[in-house]
Amino acid sequence: MSVLTLAQAAEVNAGDTAWMLAATALVLLMTPALGLFYAGLVRSKNTLNTFMMSVAALAVVTIAWALVGYSLAFDEGTGFVGGLGHTFLNDVGFVPRDGTTIPHLLFMAFQATFCILTTALVSGAVVERMRFGPFLVFAGLWSVCVYAVLAHWAFGGGWLQANGTLDFAGGVPVEMGSGFSALAAALVVGARKDYGRQAFLPHNAVFVLVGAGLLWFGWFGFNGGSGFSTGNASVLAFTNTLLTPACALMTWFVLDLVRGRQVTAIGAATAIIVGCVGITPAAGFVSPIWAMVLGVVAALPSYAVIVLRPRTRVDETLDVLAAHGIAGFTGILFIGFFAQADWNGLSDGLIYGNAAQLADQAVAAVAAPAYAFAATYALLRLIGRFTPLRATEREEALGMDIVQHGEEAYATGEGAILVAPDSGTDARAGAGAR
Amino acid sequence: MKLVIGIVRPEKANDVLEALYRAEVRGFSISRVQGHGGELDRVETYRGTTVKMGLSEKVRFEIAVSDSFVQPAIDALCEGARTDEVGDGKIFVVPLERVVRIRTGETDDLAVTPVAKS
Repeated sequence: MSVLTLAQAAEVNAGDTAWMLAATALVLLMTPALGLFYAGLVRSKNTLNTFMMSVAALAVVTIAWALVGYSLAFDEGTGFVGGLGHTFLNDVGFVPRDGTTIPHLLFMAFQATFCILTTALVSGAVVERMRFGPFLVFAGLWSVCVYAVLAHWAFGGGWLQANGTLDFAGGVPVEMGSGFSALAAALVVGARKDYGRQAFLPHNAVFVLVGAGLLWFGWFGFNGGSGFSTGNASVLAFTNTLLTPACALMTWFVLDLVRGRQVTAIGAATAIIVGCVGITPAAGFVSPIWAMVLGVVAALPSYAVIVLRPRTRVDETLDVLAAHGIAGFTGILFIGFFAQADWNGLSDGLIYGNAAQLADQAVAAVAAPAYAFAATYALLRLIGRFTPLRATEREEALGMDIVQHGEEAYATGEGAILVAPDSGTDARAGAGAR
Repeated sequence: MKLVIGIVRPEKANDVLEALYRAEVRGFSISRVQGHGGELDRVETYRGTTVKMGLSEKVRFEIAVSDSFVQPAIDALCEGARTDEVGDGKIFVVPLERVVRIRTGETDDLAVTPVAKS
């Protein structure tokens, strides 16, 4: 208790706390929204499994975060990783963390929702083939070994933050962290069995659009809450979260028209994500007009990667690299050019005469992808030594819903025979072996 | 002239399509059906309710062919659909009385022979 009483000087602000309570709930909604978005993009026989990977993150990652992840990310420690002072939420109480005006406990919960979402994002690389059990293990370990470390670098007083890298809401840990980890995960787990031979079509484009819409809605809490207050930075970030995705969307329409003569719905859903991702690191640092330009700029490289990636052997199934890794990379570098001290009160970018900021951003844009890729690659290889990461070809053909969960997303119920509760275990023992 | 009906696992339908294509059997239709062929029941659980799924999803191929294509069509179905486990499906071959191609009015063998690609 001594630490709690010593730090009494920091005041809790009621308005800030009210907004952050709401923002935390908004960000939490993004994980089931992502589940819906991803579920629509896969084949119908893998709907539930794909959604469940996001649901799994809600369980596993929240626990890992409370036990050790938060401490490794936000406790003082070395430049590389935080200390163990906040393990088991030790000393995380109502007294605000230094530099904030909200209860420390709320700060922890808000950051937890980021970690959950980011882990769920990585699942997009391995859906339709990775076994559920190993994914649970991966999700827990990844949130601690990769997300918490990158969050410490960018937010928790780690070396990137000390260096002067600006990252408002998670270009480093969330976007580049998930995108480049997804690439590594796709390489380790390997392509789906008929990848490159058969067409895999999204089974429900409406899910994809609704999921993208809910993600955008939640993103107002994600970016708008990353100022931890109701101050100017938060208002700027909130507004930019409206402007950038709108411009990315419009740009995507044009690119679709030029390339295929038709504006596509799944392309539009993707564009919303790319715009939200692009503004994430820059949200509180660039003017609204530059944020609109960022929407245009961020769409181009991500669009290119989405077009080119399926021509490779890499089955990074739901294009997490293109939508998050590449757009996050663009956003981080964009700050280096167009940050404006008049708007953010902190630092200018290159065109406002501060070339050093671009250098700081470039360091992050190299270091974060490198760490995310290498650590995820090693982690999955390690888990793969103990248990197979992927289902057999036959199970993959049957669909992960039946094989992993014993349920179907679109069960008709025709021919289903009710098993009496007392004989339920017998039936399962008999048929479970199939 | 025969109608070859093949009932196969849905997850093998694509393999069958490829095998038919290789055997140059080009005209057919497919539908999703449910059936039971002696395989073990699948058990699923929904909110505490455990059910035995007595019917399995299958895909039914209907292929009308001239006599010389009967065996290639059967071979293609077997090759594409076989997993060596119970539940691979069945093939039924039944005689066809008449076939008419609606567009031209051609009948019988002429009607089941695919139009050469122009």
